[in-house]
Amino acid sequence: MTTTLPAYDEVVARYEPVIGLETHVELGTNTKMFCGCPTDFGGEPNTRVCPVCLGLPGSLPVANKAAIEATIRIGLALNCSIAQWCRFARKNYFYPDMPKDFQISQYDEPLCSDGYLDVEVNGELVRIGIERVHLEEDTGKTLHVGGATGRIHGATESLVDYNRAGIPLVEIVTKPVPGTGALAPEVAKAYVTELRDVLRSLGVSDVRMEEGSLRCDVNTSLNLPGEEWGTRTETKNVNSLRSVERAVRSEILRQASVLDAGGRITQETRHFHEDTGDTTPGRSKETATDYRYFPEPDLVPLAPDTAWVAELKAALPELPRLHRRRLQEQWGLSDLDMQSVLNAGAVELIEATVAAGTTPAAARKWWLGELSRRANETGVELADIGATPAQVAELQGLIDAGKLNDKLARTVLEGVVDGEGSPTEIMTNRGLEVVSDTGALTAAVDEAIAANPAIADKIRSGKVAAAGALVGAVMKATRGQADAKTLRDLILERLGVQG
Amino acid sequence: MAAISREEVAHLARLSRLAVTEEELDTFAGQLDVILQSVAQVGEVTAADIPPTSHSVPLTNVLRDDVVVPGLTPQEALSGAPDVAEQRFRVPRILDEDVAS
Repeated sequence: MTTTLPAYDEVVARYEPVIGLETHVELGTNTKMFCGCPTDFGGEPNTRVCPVCLGLPGSLPVANKAAIEATIRIGLALNCSIAQWCRFARKNYFYPDMPKDFQISQYDEPLCSDGYLDVEVNGELVRIGIERVHLEEDTGKTLHVGGATGRIHGATESLVDYNRAGIPLVEIVTKPVPGTGALAPEVAKAYVTELRDVLRSLGVSDVRMEEGSLRCDVNTSLNLPGEEWGTRTETKNVNSLRSVERAVRSEILRQASVLDAGGRITQETRHFHEDTGDTTPGRSKETATDYRYFPEPDLVPLAPDTAWVAELKAALPELPRLHRRRLQEQWGLSDLDMQSVLNAGAVELIEATVAAGTTPAAARKWWLGELSRRANETGVELADIGATPAQVAELQGLIDAGKLNDKLARTVLEGVVDGEGSPTEIMTNRGLEVVSDTGALTAAVDEAIAANPAIADKIRSGKVAAAGALVGAVMKATRGQADAKTLRDLILERLGVQG
Repeated sequence: MAAISREEVAHLARLSRLAVTEEELDTFAGQLDVILQSVAQVGEVTAADIPPTSHSVPLTNVLRDDVVVPGLTPQEALSGAPDVAEQRFRVPRILDEDVAS
């Protein structure tokens, strides 16, 4: 299409977006959903398969208890009702990513339904309704070959690896979210972020979007104020938090340009492109998808009894939002300060650094200062910067012990980020330790006093502030490897002045 | 009034990847109609106090512990495949179906 896109601000002033999110989470169980094959990521093709997940005749599935528990825990954390009785269903379709020609899923009887998740956007709480949380099995991976691009279009054949087929997959579907206006993209991102944090706190998944253990489809529609909701599109292949935001934004702009030109939005699946940030239509279907769901005859119904659910509920961990509020209190931060910690993605890092013995203020200083700056420069997530909370705590320990001053510590930290080793190793290897040998320092101080008689006189006459100049001189002489306060005290002492 | 139309049978055949001729459509539509009419008789005796039944045994919560059990070697897994490449099942490309997930 050659139409120019209208300006975002102008579009959201005229149209009201409605969003909805469908998230798939691979559970971190040891084994697959219906068989005992291992689930770990990677591995040679077709090495984690058995008659059940290959759909061989005569094999029978048996549901994984840990996966059921994890799903109930997710439902409880999302304030859902847990079904007292529900069934799995067969979703029938012919596609080689499932060797059985159907996927075991849930249809009209999800394990969990009707909940919500509160997310914070610009300090405001937005309640996202949760329609359902259900359990299904993941599909195999198809590799399209023979075409020039390696994509499905132009491919002549597909190669299938069933290692992933049958891994427990939880689908979490929101209710439509209207009324967020211009903030719709941010709300979508905040929801997926919060959901990821909830799932991580539950320990049910490693929630790594880049490895596909957390995958997101984004529904978007536009309507004029006072009118019915518009036709929605479903954008797939949204595989990072940033992309969630970009996908909603780009789809709002695209739909607005279609509507402005008097066109109509087609209900379709679209694909998000990480590189360009826009969406393109998927294959259009002439007829509505007909999966002919029916209750899975090979699996008996699930009936989680009240005691079991109550037990799981009692064992839920503190959820991220409450946890963050508690940390904010413990760290004595204002809402604004806490927000900058959140925006930097530093909550867990600071928490772990504090747990390793550093004060909250010092931990925050390093993560939001040097390390955030470095992360921004290199365009990586703070958590992947290359310095661990334990190393930051070690660094601060060296400062507290008087072995490093602030300036030297920054140099050491750069070394840590560059993978040179632990702070202590770098300090020792590069000879960065503060000169604490008083004999050597005294000699340097005396030298500085002798070289700067005018300044020395000033200090003797009571202008203590002038000591700064001598501190600078000694620092220079010791290549910065002295502690400023120790130096200052020593200078005053040598000049016979009270500090 | 037939319980299933010829169009519905054609639709089902397409979904099931069955190449059904025009003649067969007539035959199957007729046969399926008889079957559906017979099954529909069950509905006539349905009582309000009997819940719909999807499983013949009154069991719930048949679950297994999350413990790894050895499966098949890739050679065994691929032994029944019509075609194999790069230790994967090799299949014709399929473009006209959406991927479910």
